[in-house]
Amino acid sequence: MKKNAITPLQIRNDSAFHEEGEHEHASIRELKEVEIVRLSEEEIEKRHEKGRAVARRQAKVRKVTSRIWTALGLFLATLVAIFALMPIVLTILDSFMSTDEIKTNYSAVYNSLSSASAETKTYLSSTPKLKMIPDSVSFSQYKTLLFLSPTYLLKFWNSVALVVPIVLGQILVGCLASYSFARYRKKRREVLFFSYVILMLMPFQVTLVPNYLIANKLGIYNTWWAIILPGIFSTFSIFLLSKYMRQIPSSYIEAAKLDGANEWNIFTKICLPMCKSAIYAMAILLFIDYWNMVEQPLILLEDAGKQPLSVFLSQINASEVGVAFAASFIFMVPPLLIFLYGEQYLVEGISRSGIK
Amino acid sequence: MAAHEYNPDEVRKRRIKGRRKKSVREWFIFTGYLTPSFLGVLLFFFGPMLIVLVQSFQRSATNSEFVGFDNYVNVWNNQAFRSAAKNTMIFAGLAVPLAVLLSLLLALLLSSKLPGKSAFRSIMLNPMMVPVASIVLIWQVMFSYNGAMNTYMGWFGIDKIDWMKSDWSRLVILILFLWKNLGYNMVLFISAISAVPQEQLESAKMDGANALRRFFSIKLPYLWPTIFFVGIMSLINSFKIFREVYLLTGDYPVDALYMLQNFMNNMFTHLDNAKLTAAAIIMCIAMIIIVGALFIAENRLGRDTEE
Repeated sequence: MKKNAITPLQIRNDSAFHEEGEHEHASIRELKEVEIVRLSEEEIEKRHEKGRAVARRQAKVRKVTSRIWTALGLFLATLVAIFALMPIVLTILDSFMSTDEIKTNYSAVYNSLSSASAETKTYLSSTPKLKMIPDSVSFSQYKTLLFLSPTYLLKFWNSVALVVPIVLGQILVGCLASYSFARYRKKRREVLFFSYVILMLMPFQVTLVPNYLIANKLGIYNTWWAIILPGIFSTFSIFLLSKYMRQIPSSYIEAAKLDGANEWNIFTKICLPMCKSAIYAMAILLFIDYWNMVEQPLILLEDAGKQPLSVFLSQINASEVGVAFAASFIFMVPPLLIFLYGEQYLVEGISRSGIK
Repeated sequence: MAAHEYNPDEVRKRRIKGRRKKSVREWFIFTGYLTPSFLGVLLFFFGPMLIVLVQSFQRSATNSEFVGFDNYVNVWNNQAFRSAAKNTMIFAGLAVPLAVLLSLLLALLLSSKLPGKSAFRSIMLNPMMVPVASIVLIWQVMFSYNGAMNTYMGWFGIDKIDWMKSDWSRLVILILFLWKNLGYNMVLFISAISAVPQEQLESAKMDGANALRRFFSIKLPYLWPTIFFVGIMSLINSFKIFREVYLLTGDYPVDALYMLQNFMNNMFTHLDNAKLTAAAIIMCIAMIIIVGALFIAENRLGRDTEE
């Protein structure tokens, strides 16, 4: 638009430049000028129109392509979202199926899993249907689960009794140790910190052997302590928390010192409140990790009665399939509730853990 | 007392003494904070690890005769250990690159102008919270021989596959692994992408660099540290895959899914202390080498991009 608007002025100026000093031709000049201006006004309109059309077309193309990209992105994201949610939703929906319905739909699966006799296979449908919505909503399996068969509820409490002390204990021990690592940074301490990190990275295949040895020596093998105590002293939380605490500006600490605060005051009044979100995030991560544990109870607990629900759920056999979905759902309720409540902490905690 | 007499030596001495006193005090305070954790780690991890190291050179738990590297040779030549190590490595070799790549792509997708981004992020993070034990049932319904997957494939005339009892079981476990871990990795990448300076991206756009070029020349160098971090985390999680295998298949999985942890569990049940300790030490060393190599590679690459 601007370019077009300049054109008549330029032409006039140019002609003025050429005919400078030729006063006798002033009238012709004026005529020319008028002509040009009149012509260019039309031209301008035309050109404006043309330009606008081009711009419109370009904008349209751009809009369409960006829409196509957005649609494609949405499509992909939706696919992944369905993939992510499907197993959870199916479990929840199926947990409301009556035992009979589950048996008719799924027992072919379980018979092929637990090599049942050929006899039972014959009268059950051989092709299972993945059913989304139950024919009739039934709560009877929840009733069985919660009131009639105490084993499930007992295992659920085993899980709680194992996880809660580990999370609380590790956060407490971890906060103290992280504060020390964050504030006292001498070379030998850094070496120790590095060995903590290595320990954190060790898989169960390595750490369970020393855990088993010491549990035997201390006589706590086959008790919950064999899992709880190593859990409390695991170094996972220290890595993340001390990273956080190192980001506290030293000016805060200096100011507090000038005001006469001792280390304990600095720890409780400055450090802990500033790391609140990291501590929440850590608690959530620890909770999921230990709620989910399978390796430790398998090796450190011999009695089936002491094992948590995570191990027990996998040992459900074909005859109990009816309540298995309901038990699975109950087992995932606590972590899902925590997720709903603390998602922002979790996301923030994870995000910060990656940045050096 | 020569209180008003200035003695530089005396002053310096006192200052040094004061500083030393202060640093000793600091040492005591901060060691105090560390003590509970340090004692616990010493008692439950480092101490017993030393015992494991010592026992790995002994005949058995009861017979402490020194046998040199016999136990290591035994473990190394053990067929079960070899196949377990092979399976674990194959799985990690498949799972780690896929987990990094797919979660990076997802993060790029969710970092673009997409409506409902945060909802998608929540949904994709959700599987991380769900205990594996809870969704194992669905996986069994999907992938058992008479399962839903084979039924669907039958509609398209594809033959039934015995998912859980053939080499395909690797794929089944891989899908479960990705299902569980993509969300966490994705959040890490999203935060790393948002830390890429916008001005550089803008000016590259003005200079006519297309999206692909902008990604490889600007975003990728900033993402290397996160890529390594995600890689290490995925590697560690891939070693934990035994959990999924156990929950899906019980004590006796197919050969393709016989992982190192299965081997360890067998040694535990047989109380084969010699093999157990030697295997733990071998894995510990292998882990240190792998992680160390990754750290070194990351440092090298980080330096290259800074220049």
